[in-house]
Amino acid sequence: MSTGSTFDRYQHGDSAIHRLDPRVKVVITLLFIVSNVILPDGAWPAFAAAWGVLILASALARLAPAFLLRRSFLALPFALAAVTVLFTQPGQPLWSLRLPGSTLAISDAGLVRFASILARSWLSVQMAILLTATTQFPDLMHALRHLRVPGVIVAIIGFMYRYLFVLADEAGRLLRARAARSAGTARGSGGGRLVWRARVAGAMVGQLFVRSFERSERVYNAMVARGYRGHLLTMSPHVITQRDRLALALALIVLAFIQVAGHSL
Amino acid sequence: MPIQHAETIIDNLNGSRPATVHVANLHFRYPDGTLALNGVSLQVAHGEKVALVGPNGAGKSTLMLHLNGLLQGEGNVEVGGLSLTKEHLPLIRGKVGMVFQNPDDQLFSPTVFDDVAFGPLHMGLPEEEVRKRVQNALAHVGMSDAASRLSHHLSIGQKKRVAIATVLSMDAEILALDEPSAGLDPRARRSLIGLLRELPLTMLVSTHDMMMVRELFARTIVMDGGRVVADGDTATILADQALLEAHGLELMV
Ligand SMILES: Nc1ncnc2c1ncn2[C@@H]1O[C@H](COP(=O)(O)OP(=O)(O)O)[C@@H](O)[C@H]1O
Ligand SMILES: [Mg+2]
Repeated sequence: MSTGSTFDRYQHGDSAIHRLDPRVKVVITLLFIVSNVILPDGAWPAFAAAWGVLILASALARLAPAFLLRRSFLALPFALAAVTVLFTQPGQPLWSLRLPGSTLAISDAGLVRFASILARSWLSVQMAILLTATTQFPDLMHALRHLRVPGVIVAIIGFMYRYLFVLADEAGRLLRARAARSAGTARGSGGGRLVWRARVAGAMVGQLFVRSFERSERVYNAMVARGYRGHLLTMSPHVITQRDRLALALALIVLAFIQVAGHSL
Repeated sequence: MPIQHAETIIDNLNGSRPATVHVANLHFRYPDGTLALNGVSLQVAHGEKVALVGPNGAGKSTLMLHLNGLLQGEGNVEVGGLSLTKEHLPLIRGKVGMVFQNPDDQLFSPTVFDDVAFGPLHMGLPEEEVRKRVQNALAHVGMSDAASRLSHHLSIGQKKRVAIATVLSMDAEILALDEPSAGLDPRARRSLIGLLRELPLTMLVSTHDMMMVRELFARTIVMDGGRVVADGDTATILADQALLEAHGLELMV
């Protein structure tokens, strides 16, 4: 399929991490994120230790060394939402910018806080990437289901995942149709005038919506035809093994150490 | 060869085997006012494989949706001796395996296994039985190795096979297939034809693929404008040039 790999984050493999029960992986990921969140500002040794854990886990999963790092940059722009703390924390001013009417000053406390927020989100994002890189999407959904996430929500995520690919194909077809018709319409500027392109793009979004709506009806029909009566049922193909329990215990111990280090150093 | 109308056919066909699909004077209008079925009558006997042909908009898909109560028009529909009432619906939906035209509509679960398991699971079967049925159904369509694969990674030919497996796992007795060979490359089409020939089930198959009709089905029903305009021996119908032309059907040789 043309779009098969566009959204797929899963890296095929058979490592110890790949084989862990998805529920255990989801729980460890959540704990890791919570642990990062409750580390105090400026707990650099603890942040470094958490990063070390990530590097170790990613090596165990036999991912390329820079894999997590490369993908994690995707999330950095979102962390920039935190830049305001640079200016709002009281403390020693390190640098100031005089504006007409007021002064913007970066304080030392603000800098530490900003860097800590950056570290937290960056570590957490890498862990989430590790989770999705080593767990097949359907397994993730089963895990959520067994962790008592409401069935409707899991079902919606599942449909989203399944039809993202179909929708992307459909959008791709529409785009190709536009490209085919836009050659040479406007002098010089290949691909058509901006207004025209915008109008076509608007119409395309409408098209996609109508098509998705019609599809939802057909999919619903297909579900009803196979006995769906308002309750989605799934099977539980996963079994927690001794290894899973060990992994969970190990993760708890490591995270506890990180917390102790973070709060006492 | 004069065009035969359904009413005259029913008696001819019914002598030997009991009819398992029985449609009489079925009318259906979509909410937007389109009259899609305008008095359809037909019967399909147990074990019979019947082709349903006709131009786009003839009402083929609409008719199929009636066979397991997804749509309910005016008239009479009976499947396996059961009329389409609310109490019978779950039973009838187990009997009639609907395979929709676009496998992306049929395969709505992330993995092949989940999709083939969906029917039996929602029929209330225990997990062990569901697993067994999934294995059997996938083996039947030659996709045993694909159980754990993601549906969107399959080729369209493979998707069609899995789509058929999703109803085989429900132990369907009657397959209603909507344009199964549309969009397949020659090799995938060939292997689908082989599969349909092997399956020992009653079939009603809507299609534009007249070569497949000739190869696979002893009987053909022609629909146009929401009515059955001809019903009979495939060889006879395919030889009737005037009939084929009148209803936009072409046998490319
Ligand atoms: N969901 C719908 N709403 C309104 N009209 C429809 C719908 N689906 C099909 N029709 C109309 O009903 C008629 C029969 O369509 P259909 O059963 O899809 O024909 P076929 O499958 O033979 O091509 C056509 O005129 C079509 O436009
Ligand atoms: Mg149709």
